[in-house]
Amino acid sequence: MTAHDGRAPADAAPANLLRSRRRGLLPTVEHLARHNLAGLIAGAVVLAIILAAAAAPLLAPAAPNLMTPTSRLLPPGEAGPLGTDFFGRDLLSRILYGARISLLVGGVSVLASAVVGTLLGLIAGYLGHWPEYLVMRLTDTLFAFPAVLLAILVVSVVGAGFTSVVIAVAVVYTPIFARVVRGPTLAIKQGDYVQAAVAAGATAGRVMLRHVLPNVAASILVQLALSLSGAIVLEAALSFLGLGAVPPTPSLGSMLSENRTYMELAPWTILYPGLALGLLVLAINVFGDAIRDLLDPRLRAEA
Amino acid sequence: MLTFLLGRLLTVVLPTLFGVSLLVFSVMRLIPGDFVDILIGVGPDVSQAQRDQIARSYGLDQPLPVQYLRWLGNTLQGDLGRSLQSGRPVRAEIAARVPVTLELAALATLFSLVVALPAGLLSAVRRNGVVDVVARFVALIGLSIPNFLLGTLLILFIALRWPVLPTNGFVPLSEGLWPNLRSLILPSISLGALLAAAVMRMTRSALLEELGREYLTVARAKGLAGRAVVLGHAFRNALIPVVTVVGIQTGYLLGGTVIVEQLFAIPGIGRLALDAVLARDYPLVQGTTLFVAAVFVLVNLLTDLIYSLIDPRVRTS
Repeated sequence: MTAHDGRAPADAAPANLLRSRRRGLLPTVEHLARHNLAGLIAGAVVLAIILAAAAAPLLAPAAPNLMTPTSRLLPPGEAGPLGTDFFGRDLLSRILYGARISLLVGGVSVLASAVVGTLLGLIAGYLGHWPEYLVMRLTDTLFAFPAVLLAILVVSVVGAGFTSVVIAVAVVYTPIFARVVRGPTLAIKQGDYVQAAVAAGATAGRVMLRHVLPNVAASILVQLALSLSGAIVLEAALSFLGLGAVPPTPSLGSMLSENRTYMELAPWTILYPGLALGLLVLAINVFGDAIRDLLDPRLRAEA
Repeated sequence: MLTFLLGRLLTVVLPTLFGVSLLVFSVMRLIPGDFVDILIGVGPDVSQAQRDQIARSYGLDQPLPVQYLRWLGNTLQGDLGRSLQSGRPVRAEIAARVPVTLELAALATLFSLVVALPAGLLSAVRRNGVVDVVARFVALIGLSIPNFLLGTLLILFIALRWPVLPTNGFVPLSEGLWPNLRSLILPSISLGALLAAAVMRMTRSALLEELGREYLTVARAKGLAGRAVVLGHAFRNALIPVVTVVGIQTGYLLGGTVIVEQLFAIPGIGRLALDAVLARDYPLVQGTTLFVAAVFVLVNLLTDLIYSLIDPRVRTS
């Protein structure tokens, strides 16, 4: 992976990979433990963060927006395990809820772009002709904007807030899925089984969804994993710029910008949210690479 | 060469720029609220007659395709309208900011190449050695850390402790080379870290591939010293894919400038675009996004061009 935001499409995984390499969860874990321990650990970290974020209401020592004026900017240990911010809000609670937003926005937007992008890619690759031309020019156009700028442009139309960020991030990632799906579709539609289905009278829609889609599933899955970290960073960046989560909603990105004023006085208000964001992105990246290697050993990075 | 360039222009660049212009135009018409309200801004009480006149003077009473063509015509002549905030022409606003962003992007690229090329080279030559392991780990972090987080950490751990480097602000070159460079060192590192990580990885893997080729055995067999073989033959060929990475990522640098310029309060194009969005200064939003996208597309074209110059096989495929 060279592109920082996962926007560069991963090379297409060959068809039938999911099918031929399907195995159970335990053998997969065993395989990872033997060949890619870092990937396994990263997967565990991702899982732990997802669980902690999901269980935020149970784990958080306080409500994330509860202001306690008497305990402002207290260092870790004095009030709450990770200290408090300028408004006396518990930092650990805000980080837990912030991770929730990161994962939710990242996950929902990447899923949305996967659905739309996959449909576009299938249509472009399978139908060819002018639908393909239109889709490819659309992806070119969207690729012509740096991710952050495109997202900002979208937010400027739909306004700030949770839903807008999801839409913005989804728009940024849709063309990638369209590209990733179109390539293999071009090859798959030449396959005998596709020709057979067409000869048997299957409609274009049925062929695309029943015969082509399962064979590009591996590529889509890999791209999902690779795009997730970029989407999370993009959400954090928008919130950092004040275009994402609306205060006082805790977001890892907005915490970094809100607490900048006090960072000399209370470095923990910057360090812990930053650490949480960095760890989340790093773990997803390493885990994503592991998934890619698992599904398609041909793409394994030179180690 | 010329046919390749023309082909790229006609099939990719022009349709893309057309799409970009269409997108930016429609975005401005999709904005919630009446466009006249946006142009007037909040405050002045305006009669319906005056509103109609404003709409007419902006051509808003015309059908959308006509409006688009007019706007496109003006844009192609370099007339991007006036900023709603400052009243100055958008073109002048952009022109004033370009050199700053250009310097920042150039320094970031320079930083990443100076760090990444030697690191990638050493990593590949001493594969799995200490340098390799450390460099790969640092590159992994570099690829994962968001630029605004890295920048914030640099401010916290370097600028606040070592006052030589300012925490924010920009000093123009006219006030001296060192003050100017000083104000851009941390921003360049925040912006270039990702490029450095990508270039390091690409240099390493490309060099490893080259080192395994037969022509190197031949070079060694005819008696060339190890250093000459690596630098004179393998490294030169390994640079081909690295050029592409730099080209592609230079485009991404443009996006990064939005955030880094905001974080370090540097008056470049990225900050201009962001301020325009926050202030709902739509002509300025339109102008800046159009400008950045056009530059992005041209940088990609340039990358293709350089690539095809280095590797003639690209032209025929």
